[in-house]
Amino acid sequence: MTDTLTPVLSDNWDAERSWTLDSYADGGGYDALKTALGMEPGALIDLVKDSGLRGRGGAGFPTGMKWGFIPQDNPNPKYLVVNADESEPGTCKDIPLMMASPHTLVEGVIISAYAIRANHAFIYVRGEVLHVIRRLQRAVQEAYLAGHLGKDIHGSGYDLELVVHAGAGAYICGEETALLDSLEGRRGQPRLRPPFPAVAGLYASPTVINNVESIASVPSIVRNGASWFGSMGTEKSKGMTLYSLSGHVTRPGQYEAPLGITLRQLLDLAGGVREGHELKFWTPGGSSTPILTAEHLDVPLDYEGVGAAGSMLGTKALQVFDETTCVVRAVLRWTEFYKHESCGKCTPCREGTWWLVQTLARLEKGQGTEADLETLLDQCDNILGRSFCALGDGATSPITSSIQYFRDEYVAHFEHGGCPFDPAKSTLFAPAGAHA
Amino acid sequence: MTVTSKEGQEVAKADLVTLTIDGVEVSVPKGTLVIRAAEQIGVQIPRFCDHPLLAPVGACRQCLVEVALPGPDGEPRTMMGPPGRVKPQASCTLTASEGMVVNTQISSPIADKAQQGVMEALLINHPLDCPVCDKGGECPLQNQAMSNGRGETRFVETKRTFPKPINISAQVLLDRERCVLCARCTRFSEQIAGDPFIALIERGALQQVGIYEKEPFESYFSGNTIQICPVGALTSAAYRFRARPFDLVSTPSVAEHDACGSAIRVDHRRGKVVRRLSGEDPAVNEEWITDKDRFGFTYARQDDRLTHPMVRDEETGELRTASWPEAFVVAARGLQAAGATGVLTGGRLTLEDAYAYSKFARVALGTNDVDFRARAHSAEEEAFLASTVAGTGLGVTFEDLEKVGTVVLAGLEPEDEAGTLFLRLRKAARKGLKVVSIAPFTSRGLAKMHGTLIRTAPGDEAAALEALAHDGEVALDAGGILLIGERLAAVPGALSAAAALAGTTGARLAWVPRRAGDRGAVDAGLLPSLLPGGRPVDDAAARVDLGTVWGTTVGHEPGRDAAGIVAAAIAGEIGGLVVGGVDPDDTADPAATRAAIGAASFVVSLELRATDVTQAADVVLPVAAAAEKAGTFVTWEGRQRPFGKVLVESHALPDLRVLAGIADELGTPLGFKTVEAARAELSELGGWDGDRVAAPTVSTGSTTRESSTTDGDGLRLATWKQMIDDASMLDGDDYLRATGRAAVALVSAGTLAGLGVEAGANVTVTGPGGSATLPVGVADLADGVVWLPAGSDGINVNRDLGATAGATVSVEGGAA
Ligand SMILES: Cc1cc2nc3c(=O)[nH]c(=O)nc-3n(C[C@H](O)[C@H](O)[C@H](O)COP(=O)(O)O)c2cc1C
Ligand code: SF4
Ligand code: SF4
Ligand code: FES
Repeated sequence: MTDTLTPVLSDNWDAERSWTLDSYADGGGYDALKTALGMEPGALIDLVKDSGLRGRGGAGFPTGMKWGFIPQDNPNPKYLVVNADESEPGTCKDIPLMMASPHTLVEGVIISAYAIRANHAFIYVRGEVLHVIRRLQRAVQEAYLAGHLGKDIHGSGYDLELVVHAGAGAYICGEETALLDSLEGRRGQPRLRPPFPAVAGLYASPTVINNVESIASVPSIVRNGASWFGSMGTEKSKGMTLYSLSGHVTRPGQYEAPLGITLRQLLDLAGGVREGHELKFWTPGGSSTPILTAEHLDVPLDYEGVGAAGSMLGTKALQVFDETTCVVRAVLRWTEFYKHESCGKCTPCREGTWWLVQTLARLEKGQGTEADLETLLDQCDNILGRSFCALGDGATSPITSSIQYFRDEYVAHFEHGGCPFDPAKSTLFAPAGAHA
Repeated sequence: MTVTSKEGQEVAKADLVTLTIDGVEVSVPKGTLVIRAAEQIGVQIPRFCDHPLLAPVGACRQCLVEVALPGPDGEPRTMMGPPGRVKPQASCTLTASEGMVVNTQISSPIADKAQQGVMEALLINHPLDCPVCDKGGECPLQNQAMSNGRGETRFVETKRTFPKPINISAQVLLDRERCVLCARCTRFSEQIAGDPFIALIERGALQQVGIYEKEPFESYFSGNTIQICPVGALTSAAYRFRARPFDLVSTPSVAEHDACGSAIRVDHRRGKVVRRLSGEDPAVNEEWITDKDRFGFTYARQDDRLTHPMVRDEETGELRTASWPEAFVVAARGLQAAGATGVLTGGRLTLEDAYAYSKFARVALGTNDVDFRARAHSAEEEAFLASTVAGTGLGVTFEDLEKVGTVVLAGLEPEDEAGTLFLRLRKAARKGLKVVSIAPFTSRGLAKMHGTLIRTAPGDEAAALEALAHDGEVALDAGGILLIGERLAAVPGALSAAAALAGTTGARLAWVPRRAGDRGAVDAGLLPSLLPGGRPVDDAAARVDLGTVWGTTVGHEPGRDAAGIVAAAIAGEIGGLVVGGVDPDDTADPAATRAAIGAASFVVSLELRATDVTQAADVVLPVAAAAEKAGTFVTWEGRQRPFGKVLVESHALPDLRVLAGIADELGTPLGFKTVEAARAELSELGGWDGDRVAAPTVSTGSTTRESSTTDGDGLRLATWKQMIDDASMLDGDDYLRATGRAAVALVSAGTLAGLGVEAGANVTVTGPGGSATLPVGVADLADGVVWLPAGSDGINVNRDLGATAGATVSVEGGAA
């Protein structure tokens, strides 16, 4: 365990015009690509396997193992798709990374595509972030001009075309199979599995889908080796990663640290909860992960640690809320998000989120009883694990966990006949030192 | 052990997996879905999106069950997730595997609760309008809410509503708030019909079935979506609010609109058909029917329906109502007086009725002048039918189409002319069948079958068929099937070439006529040279064979065909005509047919509704419509499709009873008066195993005609009837008719340029008998060919142009 930051992905973010190829190359950028092209693709897959890199998109699936699933005897083309749809509330790591250093991602794409023997790769970016799309497009153009992309890359005989594709603004298109449908020009809704994307993904061909951060981590592993990567983090959650702190913290932003750091340590680095306030609750990995409280400040933020605390590491999006925040209100806002983003394919999520929002809205107004809380919990029980994809599961997390930790606050709404909080006080423009 | 799969084939043990469902061990063929494995032990897992003929989606989540799979130690491990929770699985997407343990709602409280949860969720936004909903009483949502749902809702909030209903076509209406978003309708349209004009749009609880603004839901099969909709979200304009299902009597029957013999269910009330649904018959139509078979049934109760016999009053010269006995007597006397008489029938008779006409002509009238072909026909065709079709029994079947590699269509447009056949071909094509079509252009139907066009101008089909024998690409062999449309009768040499091609390649051949009674008419001997069962008139042994059952002798001279009968009547060689269900406009020469009816001294007309023929007839005898009698249709496959009387209260007489009445008066009884008795005699007669007529060997004639003209003159006419058109059997079904495809004249881009008009502009097509004006469109036709629908939007090509397929016509821009 270490309590210091380990900037690797974010190391160059403060460089002059860090997003340019020149700047990136000055810092040794694209050296890893040359190393990788000198290796056998299979050896690269082994290297990533050995490093212990786990997917940074939320589920933490071992990246090298995912690459190993690609059937190399399948006659269809292979595809690499980078998931840059980043839409989970609180999650804001991929977009800063692509803003500050798009070439880290592009280099990662080339090495990863080479490893899985794909000649076509796609970066699927959420459509709202036009500035990021432009930076990516420019970076890809630069990479082509420098010969990092295109035909016979640096004389290796390896060809790769990379396309930056803008989504149209749907959270569900971050779900990997919905993303594939969207990329193929259809309406994004999750696909039935099996077949899994590794066998029949994009255009029914073998496809690897990885998160931006997962792919961006690959060049550093090639450069520094698997054991370097494994020296950071914990036994089963290796390496460094980006933690995104937002909300009631003094210095919100990206903190790149080894997996297993605690929120207490991160808050220290970030100057603590906003002045004059104390931590009330937080999400470890975006709104789809059950909330935790001040009692979890020392939980190691790795897959196992957060799991043992009853939540999930998710996207490491740490949304921090102090005591001015009404948990019922926060949960209602999140639930409205899920209702809005439910793709509509399956019954539990489509109808469930519609119902949950109405129930919560009523409770927020103080029009409810404790029996409603039981109904809410039962509704969640009927959604969690019954939906078609994990969006529905995620929608239940804030509700069940908030009732678990803050049942009294819900009850207070009924007794008070409305919300006992002053919402203005939780805003960032509230006067310092204001209390609930 | 062995089990029998749905197709009735024995499955070897190696292809089975054994699993345990609710404690019961069951073996099912590999690949079987858990939901269907459960059906085998009598467990009904509730479901909405699942449909056995559609690809699974797993969308509704109603079918969740608890599943355990054997681990490495062989012990079953329950499928879990999210952490620590049992994760019930959708049984409609999960294939059964060896050692799997499934616990459904019956034995798993977790599965039961999951299902109840989904049901409750489905109902929160569902309106409570069951009392006025068409589906009420036969609704899977209602039923399963009772069996797998909670008694009371906990939802006290606001339901989602939509303005209701919206037309997704002229015939199909959508009440969005009733929709459970199971995607059955959209999957049917895309996967089965190939008409993806509806799709799910929007998201979340606002997801809904939508149409493309500029593309109406135009499909010949749209009614199937109404039937498979598990709620009352899709309704038909024709049936909406007309009945409660429990007030209807349902009778299985067979559709009368084409030669496919689709199983249907007829729902009726107080002697009136209220709606028709698809029946289930895996061998024939599976669970689908055409919109024509579904919605086309009010023709039998139009105002012009004939209800009483009529005879021409000797004094006034007008038709007047008569009693049956009087009408029989007048008909018999008139025919006796008229002398030589010919018999013309259409192609809509049941096998039993056709048999009655066949026997009536030979026994009561003593003539072989009988022909069912109220359309273009030829002696070559007759030889073809006699040699290859008549009395051959079940040949190529619907199911065979899924087992072969190549199907060649010639002179046949399945989507328009045999919709059920089209669906089966499309199904097979989606699994790899190669469809090749000898046709003038790539029709929408051919494109949907992913078919290959052998571009052929009408008249050149014979040459195209001959060329196929040497076509390495199509490579027709014994693993192929040739489907020949009746239109080839008008192309000299085409049917000969088809028979020869089948002979040289070993490919199997089937003749696919348009009408439900065509094949039965061939089998019953409604042809001048053919007796029932394929017995040649000029074969003494065949005549003796028949004579023993009929107890009389039969004339040995082949008679006149339909054109011959018409000509003879005009020439005065024939005095009497017995006409059963012929529309002069369907015949190759409508004017001649009308003239013959006018010239004949005595005309007996057996008809459903008033027509030009009944108006000119001396005796008019009303007959029963399909729903008012029992009978048998013989499909293009040669499959007998018997059906019972649906409207049991009806007193309408089938043709055979009417003919028996006249025959009695003529002193030459037919020997049967009921459908059952006619059937019994047909089976007593049995098949014919003697010599058959040889297949025709008419040569193709000289080379194919060259016509690549792109100015408007001397164009070759291609034409066939669209499925939903001006046919009188669609009279009264206005919503259905509104879904028909508009009449458009199609030409090649080159020809269009030569005409100097834009697509969509009006052109006038002129034939020997007149002209018609309609919009023009472009298709991949050869230059110098124009295609017209034979009977759409008020234009009847035979009647208005005096032309049939292959004729030379001219086209010019603008109205006439
Ligand atoms: C509703 C939903 C939204 C998701 N959004 C994203 C996303 O924006 N970015 C992402 O990388 N993964 C997202 N995922 C996870 C992806 O499905 C997938 O697991 C991930 O892209 C795999 O990459 P990794 O193995 O590199 O983590 C989402 C999943 C769900 C269910
Ligand atoms: S859980 Fe169902 S409705 Fe929700 S996003 Fe996933 S598939 Fe769509
Ligand atoms: S309209 Fe009917 S069939 Fe279509 S999605 Fe809705 S419920 Fe299903
Ligand atoms: S029936 Fe299985 S999910 Fe709908």
